[in-house]
Amino acid sequence: MKLRMNRRHFMQTCCALAGLALAAPLRALAALWNAAAFEARDVGGALQGMGASAIKPSADIVLVAPDLAENGAIVQIEVESRIPGTEAIAILAEKNPTPLVANFTFVNGAEPYVILRIKLAETGELKAIVKAGGKYYSAAKNVEVAVGGCG
Amino acid sequence: MADNMKIRAVAKNDATEVRVLMIHPMETGRRKNDFGEVEPAHFIQLVTATLNGETVLEAQWGTGVSKNPYLTFRLKRAGAGDTIAVKWVDNKGASGSIETVVVAG
Repeated sequence: MKLRMNRRHFMQTCCALAGLALAAPLRALAALWNAAAFEARDVGGALQGMGASAIKPSADIVLVAPDLAENGAIVQIEVESRIPGTEAIAILAEKNPTPLVANFTFVNGAEPYVILRIKLAETGELKAIVKAGGKYYSAAKNVEVAVGGCG
Repeated sequence: MADNMKIRAVAKNDATEVRVLMIHPMETGRRKNDFGEVEPAHFIQLVTATLNGETVLEAQWGTGVSKNPYLTFRLKRAGAGDTIAVKWVDNKGASGSIETVVVAG
């Protein structure tokens, strides 16, 4: 590219680039973010939005969370799936206004393992839903919340 | 645009562990500010991680992820010298990205 660029050309280039940068993620978002699941007000609705059904409890999901969370605004949790062929892990907080917190998809050698800090509105069940081979499995743990963190 | 993110990737015996911190308000759309006004929802919706340009992790997030999100994940096929990049996009269309080279643990 020529080093000397007049102002008009510079502005045109910038506007074009900014337009591209803004438009691309918005289009991607509309396609990728599962609004039905994330905006659901209860666990049932969130699972339905995810298309998760016939969920079986599994001892091969390791869900680590504190028994007592002093501050519900920051609760560090760890989820690991030992189920062969795990494709995705979703995290749900039963008592949050919108229970679905996150949904992770693992490909190309990513281990089905995450540590994440989440908000918990009040004492309730924390759930991990694992998708493996097109089937769904779950693990749950009760977390007592001293001060809720979903303002 | 690395001022709103931190990343560290360390190769260990069995896998490479990647730790990411994103600076973001993660407003739920329910919190009231000091003036009693409801702060509009502003939160990260998508996070993507790549290893040498190839997608390895895709996440969708709701408002339940804490402010200044902290995430750890592990990659089996990554080793020292490989490049890992993480990108996020929020509900207002803003985005951030950062990349790092895996260091030996």
